[in-house]
Amino acid sequence: MKKVASVLLSTLMAASLVACGTSTSSGTPSAAPAATEAPAAAATEAPTAEPAAAATEEGKVLNIYCWNEEFKSRLEDHFPGYEKVDATSGKIGDVTVKFTITPSTDNAYQNKLDEVLPANASAAADDKVDIFLVEADYALKYTGASPAVALDVKGDLGLTDADLANQYQYTKDVVTADGILRGTSWQGCPGVLIYNREAAKEVFGSDDPETVQAKVKDWATFNATAAEVNAKGYLMTSTVNDAYRVYSNNVTSKWVENGKINIDPNIMKWVEDSKALVDAGYTTTAELWSDDWNKGFYPEGKVFCYFGPAWLINFSMKSDDAASIAAKGGWGAVEGPQGFNWGGTWICGAQGSDNPTLVAEIMKQLTCNESVMADIVKKDSDFVNNKPAMEAAAKDDSYAFAVLGGQNPLAMFTAGADKISMSNITIYDQGCTEEFQKAMKNYFDGNATLDESLDLFYKGVEEKYPELTH
Amino acid sequence: MSDKKYKHQTGSKVVSYNKWGVIFLIPFMVVWLIFQFIPLVTTIYNSFFENYRSGLSQIGPNFIGLQNYVTIITNGDLINYSKNTMIMWIIGFIPQIFFSLLLAAWFTDPSLRLKGQRFFKTVIYLPNLIMASAFSMLFFTLFADSGPINSILVNMGVISQPFKFMSNVTAVRCLVGFMNFIMWFGNTTILLMAGMMGIDQSLFEAAEVDGATATEVFWKITLPILRPILIYVLITSLIGGLQMFDVPQILTNGTGDPTRTSMTLIMYLNKHLYSKNFGMGGALSVFLFIITGVLSLIVFRISYAGEVK
Repeated sequence: MKKVASVLLSTLMAASLVACGTSTSSGTPSAAPAATEAPAAAATEAPTAEPAAAATEEGKVLNIYCWNEEFKSRLEDHFPGYEKVDATSGKIGDVTVKFTITPSTDNAYQNKLDEVLPANASAAADDKVDIFLVEADYALKYTGASPAVALDVKGDLGLTDADLANQYQYTKDVVTADGILRGTSWQGCPGVLIYNREAAKEVFGSDDPETVQAKVKDWATFNATAAEVNAKGYLMTSTVNDAYRVYSNNVTSKWVENGKINIDPNIMKWVEDSKALVDAGYTTTAELWSDDWNKGFYPEGKVFCYFGPAWLINFSMKSDDAASIAAKGGWGAVEGPQGFNWGGTWICGAQGSDNPTLVAEIMKQLTCNESVMADIVKKDSDFVNNKPAMEAAAKDDSYAFAVLGGQNPLAMFTAGADKISMSNITIYDQGCTEEFQKAMKNYFDGNATLDESLDLFYKGVEEKYPELTH
Repeated sequence: MSDKKYKHQTGSKVVSYNKWGVIFLIPFMVVWLIFQFIPLVTTIYNSFFENYRSGLSQIGPNFIGLQNYVTIITNGDLINYSKNTMIMWIIGFIPQIFFSLLLAAWFTDPSLRLKGQRFFKTVIYLPNLIMASAFSMLFFTLFADSGPINSILVNMGVISQPFKFMSNVTAVRCLVGFMNFIMWFGNTTILLMAGMMGIDQSLFEAAEVDGATATEVFWKITLPILRPILIYVLITSLIGGLQMFDVPQILTNGTGDPTRTSMTLIMYLNKHLYSKNFGMGGALSVFLFIITGVLSLIVFRISYAGEVK
């Protein structure tokens, strides 16, 4: 009896350990077969190399650093000639493609980049980072001029203005510093307001986008509608942080001006509006991505709307779970109170890369080739960074989103993408955003006054960036 | 005692033994030097510099004397976070020592003839085998606003609205304390049991013959003899408590919220890792070193006050 019990208990223990301990990716990419690597290193200093001549001299391993599977699946599905080998590697011609995936949690991904990128030029040929991906919140950190860790897309990699002509301007602004473009994206992330059709029918008597848009056309109307929605037992948004990006993308000043932390009036408006909504019980203070946040993806969560771009609609709203609203096509999309941008992934070539030709080729195919990008829209319902492709898709009903019950939101996205301005981004955005949301939660929950919360925010930011003051 | 006499006693025959003593000490000394002493010295050295990362550019190291120490003291953080740490440690330690003593007394009492002792000893030790972070994650999910605990309470009619555990100072601190208690009381029980089993059985028999009750035996015999073990438990738990990190870090998502009232000293230290701020981190570590030393000394002094003469 005792033995049975202890065996049982220890099995349980082991099982829970396995279930809880997530796999940590092993850091060092193992070297590829060494048989054919002769004068690979010589090719490193070939910025504007001609494809045919340089291809033979370039590195045998293309190392890609990223934080999730998204780019990998884009490459696997859409790059001509890419062969998948296993979960983290593939082949393009005779070049091995290796993915090093480090999750963004707790800044782990950036810590990894900080460690490898400055020393990239002197790393062993097969270990050199060739491509790394960045997000808008910290893109400037890696695309600045000194120290330069990303390759100049036009000067070093040889992409031309003609190649890039169809991209949305803001996607270029995000990765441009001192007039030099140091990255490029296949994706645009204009956001919309995504509403629960069932709730709309119940509250307004119709789930027609025009009826709903009239109810959320600006913030005053939006906040008034919250009471109406709440009377029927719905939360207006799942959490205050849902609307944060909409406010923070429409600011007129930067988070940091001349070394001083600066809070834009529109951000303070978010605080004011959110506090009112929380106090009235129309929304919560849960964190994004938490279980409390995504409970609204199911009918019993009773959430009226979310704010998000195409990737949120298609990848985050649990459409693969039959019980979710998304699986039944129960969402609708409208422009909402203000246009905004959320997220986006940029491809950067790493300084010191020994595969510049291939890097340029990947950028060209995935971010400039209209037919490849149209395929991405078709297959992955992504919003791609190509104006003609998107404008064509916006008029084509075959691009309708299943999650949105057959609505085609691309026209809305296209209109939004033209209006997005990212001129107010700084290298401090990610830290400021995180600390601001965390600090304000205390104010919304009634645990601190506004001033106390602001002090917590300043304290948090100054810990992250000791050079700043307020 | 003169040197001459000492020299006389340790003649040439004994020297060879001393040599072995030194040789056997080498592995320890090497490990200690590399992993303890050098980090200690470099930490103190680093604390006098301004040395951090801003984005990808390195600032410093510039020698700034005691500036880091002054900053830490003047912004009041050190006191605040020490207070938080101690409060959460005490919340966990009181039930921990209470239940450990009780269980250890029961387990070692032959007259009770407890059945399934081995099973229960295993069970109470099990929580300690779970990674603290996993344990904390579990509690985070259990006590989320829409988590199972809230739904149970609401369905039972105990509360009408979900209770926001993570937005309540007392709730968060108690959860941290409770987790530490659950994780460590098994370990403490086993230590105390070892101590109790070391007590000469004839003492208990003598007390029984003299007509002492079980309570009297516990207070007058068990506890006084157990004192060295109790002090050991207290000091190790105190030092462990000062270094409390993973449980509150995961439970509060690194924020120490509400309003940083559950932020411990090490969580604060961890905040400086973001900018690789070795200067401030070093200064804070030196303070921690001093606090740990002083507290341990105080406990030691009080506990041995009667004996050291």
